[in-house]
Amino acid sequence: MKSKDELKWQIISNGVMGIVSLAALLPFILLIIASFTDEKWALANGYSFFPGKFSTEAYGYIMNNAAMIGRGYLNTLLVTLIGTAGSILFTSLFAYALAKDNLPFGRILNFLCIFTMLFSGGQVASYYIWSNVFHVRDTYLGLILPNLMMNAFNVILVKNYYKTSIPASLLEAAKVDGASEFSIFVRIVMPLSIPINATIGLMTGLAYWNDWINGLYYLTSRKGERFYTIQLILNRINDSIAFLQSSSNIVTGVSFPAATARMAIAVTGIIPVLIVYPFLQKYFVKGITVGAVKE
Amino acid sequence: MPKKKIRWKNYVPFYIMALPGIIYMICNNYMPMFGIVLAFKKLDVTKGILGSPWAGFKNFEFLFKTKATIGIIRNTVLYNLLFLFLGTALAVALAILLNEVKSRKMGKLYQSLILIPYLMSWVIASYLVYAFLAQDIGIINNSILRPLGQDAINWYSEKKYWPYILTFAYMWKNIGYMMIIYYSSIVGLSADYFEAASLDGATKWQQIRQITLPLIKGTIITMVILNLGRIVTSDFSLFYQIPKNNGALYSVTQTLDVYVYNALMKNSDFAMSSAASVFQSIVGFIFVLITNAVVRKYNEESALF
Repeated sequence: MKSKDELKWQIISNGVMGIVSLAALLPFILLIIASFTDEKWALANGYSFFPGKFSTEAYGYIMNNAAMIGRGYLNTLLVTLIGTAGSILFTSLFAYALAKDNLPFGRILNFLCIFTMLFSGGQVASYYIWSNVFHVRDTYLGLILPNLMMNAFNVILVKNYYKTSIPASLLEAAKVDGASEFSIFVRIVMPLSIPINATIGLMTGLAYWNDWINGLYYLTSRKGERFYTIQLILNRINDSIAFLQSSSNIVTGVSFPAATARMAIAVTGIIPVLIVYPFLQKYFVKGITVGAVKE
Repeated sequence: MPKKKIRWKNYVPFYIMALPGIIYMICNNYMPMFGIVLAFKKLDVTKGILGSPWAGFKNFEFLFKTKATIGIIRNTVLYNLLFLFLGTALAVALAILLNEVKSRKMGKLYQSLILIPYLMSWVIASYLVYAFLAQDIGIINNSILRPLGQDAINWYSEKKYWPYILTFAYMWKNIGYMMIIYYSSIVGLSADYFEAASLDGATKWQQIRQITLPLIKGTIITMVILNLGRIVTSDFSLFYQIPKNNGALYSVTQTLDVYVYNALMKNSDFAMSSAASVFQSIVGFIFVLITNAVVRKYNEESALF
């Protein structure tokens, strides 16, 4: 009786989870297969899990336009690295000050930080300030600075980590030895904070890697196109497939594999994430669960 | 006790450390808060915010006189409610099932796979949706409807399908994230309860209903209430990317965030977009305050402040 119940639940749980897992995965498989489908076959029969004819034409097209795609990759990497590094630095420094007991005006700073989670000026005001006061339009800064660089939530997360996981006696001892606050921060606090920095760094890095909204708002002219990340190239192709043609080396009028090349470019956007994911999964899951507590 | 004199010199390094963060917060968060006055101005870009003449509540009057506005607010609120309640129910169910999977290896595998969509951008997701729905080369029209002898459907211009498509896309992308939140709270429950119940002969179903659900009820309610605080904020990427910002579908796909973008960037309409955006931040603020007060009463640790 009991083992029957047990068996029933094993079948139900594995069955349902199996189906949901497959549903999560299948679209990506279709995307990859579509990118390897022969263009003419795809136009006649549509994208398919079982294409009648394979081809690497789409990737050949990408190779021929390595300048555009390569530049997109470079931009994505640059923005992600600089943004994430800046984010970890700003967040940890700010959190360290907030974690200091009895810091005069500490409570006010803390409140000002939390208040940003409750109230915002809205997208229009934010856009106006960044573009008309700080002039980030059509620069790398437009991709890096607005919204993504630091958020109050991470500051509080790191602050709580400092308070609970870094022994105050350690800091006291260093102080007695005559270490300055800055060297304590660099030599003791940062090395002890690797777990929390990895967690927030990964979530921030993913946000930068996947971001396209900043580009949508701040890279609007022709001049801004050279700062396009992979996501922004994909977004532009979505708007008009002609973008692929206009920015490629191919002489206008010559046909190019529009249906499969767009899928191939999308594949280049997901591959890096899929490669690092298995190694960093632990931190992703951690990032989600610590985030949920106070989100 | 004499008042201790603050030794400022000791604190100077901390203020220097906090400075970059403070400056960023001022630029990114506080200056836009004052930018709210934009909504009460008749903006003249050459004169800037301060130099432009006041418009009072004119911009808001315009906004609410437009018929579409109510529909946009309705879309925002209803999609949020639908996503929240359906998503929570599905996520809790999946979390419970995931916890029932005996093989740790398989459990881990399911968790990894279901989370993959969450890691991808909505731009990528829109390519996946396109592969399924494109009228000429989409897999549904070509590999499912055509062999069945049915006419191809022009998905990107038929409104009636979009509430389902958007809901499906949202669930597909976010369910792994939501599931993991509840899963981690189920895993955190003490095994003793389940062992005792099992010894008493309780079936799995009884254990789920009488132990697991009551014990994670607190987490569920807290999450739902906190999310209700964001009821006027929609996921811009979802509603912009998945329907490809197609005007023909606006009546069922346009939410406040998409409207703000279109009004601001496509029509350069500062009046309408700033009014909509400020409406959103003020109503959002009120909701966050209310929901936070409720959570505070219910479960103080989870309150934001």
